[in-house]
Amino acid sequence: MESPIIRTENLSAYYGDFRALNSITIAFPQNKVTAVLGPSGCGKSTFIRCLNRMHEIVEGARVEGKVLLRDRNIYEMEPTLVRRKIGMVFQKPNPFPTMTIYDNVIAGYKLNGIKLKKSQADEIVEESLRKAALWDEVKDHLHKRGTFLSGGQQQRLCIARALAMRPEVLLLDEPTSALDPVATSRIEELIEELKETVTIILVTHNIGQASRVSDFTAFFYLGELVEFGPTQSLFTVPKDKRTEEYLIGKFG
Amino acid sequence: MKRRTPFFLSLLIAALIVVGVLLASFFSITVSSLPALKKFGLDFFLGKQWDPPAKVFGALPFLIGTLITSFLALLFSLPFSLSISILLGEYLKKGRLASLLKSLVDLIAAVPSVIYGFWGLQVLVPWMREFEMKIGVSPYGVGILTASFILSVMIIPNTASIAREVLELVPADLKEAAYSLGATRYEVIKRVSIPYAKSGILAGVLLSLGRALGETMAVTMVIGNSNVIPRDIFSPANTMASVIANEFTEATGNLYYSSLIAIGFFLFLITAVFSILGRHIIKRSSLK
Ligand SMILES: Nc1ncnc2c1ncn2[C@@H]1O[C@H](COP(=O)(O)OP(=O)(O)OP(=O)(O)O)[C@@H](O)[C@H]1O
Ligand SMILES: [Mg+2]
Repeated sequence: MESPIIRTENLSAYYGDFRALNSITIAFPQNKVTAVLGPSGCGKSTFIRCLNRMHEIVEGARVEGKVLLRDRNIYEMEPTLVRRKIGMVFQKPNPFPTMTIYDNVIAGYKLNGIKLKKSQADEIVEESLRKAALWDEVKDHLHKRGTFLSGGQQQRLCIARALAMRPEVLLLDEPTSALDPVATSRIEELIEELKETVTIILVTHNIGQASRVSDFTAFFYLGELVEFGPTQSLFTVPKDKRTEEYLIGKFG
Repeated sequence: MKRRTPFFLSLLIAALIVVGVLLASFFSITVSSLPALKKFGLDFFLGKQWDPPAKVFGALPFLIGTLITSFLALLFSLPFSLSISILLGEYLKKGRLASLLKSLVDLIAAVPSVIYGFWGLQVLVPWMREFEMKIGVSPYGVGILTASFILSVMIIPNTASIAREVLELVPADLKEAAYSLGATRYEVIKRVSIPYAKSGILAGVLLSLGRALGETMAVTMVIGNSNVIPRDIFSPANTMASVIANEFTEATGNLYYSSLIAIGFFLFLITAVFSILGRHIIKRSSLK
């Protein structure tokens, strides 16, 4: 297998006394798309939120074990730095309504108080919007607020916002579940293009989506990692009974 | 119609009585203030002189006194009320300390204003007198600055509670987005929560301003009740509310009486405008 860029060792996550993840060990290959699949409530969101230290924002939440980004434990790094290296896109598009499209893209810099020269900022904005396949649609409205955009455009704006920080890993938590089929397939195409520059971990409910865009798939069930492998072999010859049952729709 | 039950009708009548009382009082205030407004016209608001024996009534000193005390009070209270609202809205969301602090702040609003007036006379006025002696201005003790301090304490809970409520309305997913970009808590508050809640906070400020403009008892007790235009913030003065409270019982003659009522009429309009504006902004910002 290709070299992993990010991996976990015996990662467990808690909300208070409740253990939502149980000792997950997994390695994500670089410049690939890995789908995280599993029934509702199995801990998919919790898992990827541990990968950029967003889990600990919830009151009473805590983590055990290690997450290694290029062999450095992110739990020994500054959380703000970790989050800049590992970007995140959420289920519901959430551009900042008080900012223009332009400012949304460079929001990461603004929030962190990083000063950019105008030319630098222009460059980052254009590059990120192009990568997110949104440039042509918004290039004449950069200084308007992003609230008039469609749901799919807003989600691509959020992807551009994450890409602007030039992350090494991009975490996508069901990024298309609030979108219509057309907007969904645009995002799926986009994911294919993005993996050239960034490693993608994609949480999805949608088995079809996982089979269309991912190279690897991890199947979670009740807080456990049941099976992990190349998407094609996991989908055609699942090793675990629970994976098979999920794939044929037994868990709904 | 189903709604026409006796119970419904009695509720309706009760509500109509309240509306009727409001309209009737507004009407009688308008009528009673007409003599003064007719006699002096626009000069009533621009006249610098308030001289009852000479039957000259110009309300400009009170207009100025009201504006200065209210704005100073707002200025003094804002750092505290905003800090409290951010503390309660962003940091201490639950827990014993939070509820204790919340009820203490609410208690500030529940204390009758005459108590603040007494405290002002007993404690603040002597302090102020000493301070004024030190910096070499006339040591009245009472005056605009003293009244503004008292007022600023009294309006803290108004701004604080509204600002806290609008801060709590900031959608969690926006804050999460900011955290995921590497923002610290302070940066999230400064660049996401406050900009989002800005109009709601403004509404809170306007409602407090409405309260400050109309506050009567405590201000009357410590402002020094002087009817000339204040020279500086240490001067004794009167606000629109305090001159009414102070002189109403001794108003002899129709014109004097009518002039005081006219001040009240005007004060009513100003406070109504601020409170309607504030409520309107709150409604709009909580709908979005
Ligand atoms: N803030 C929280 N506090 C307490 N428990 C939580 C919290 N968030 C999630 N959980 C619990 O942790 C478990 C895993 O939740 P998680 O959101 O990670 O599941 P998921 O696989 O993402 O589900 P879905 O597909 O519905 O998004 C669930 O049992 C859930 O009830
Ligand atoms: Mg989830």
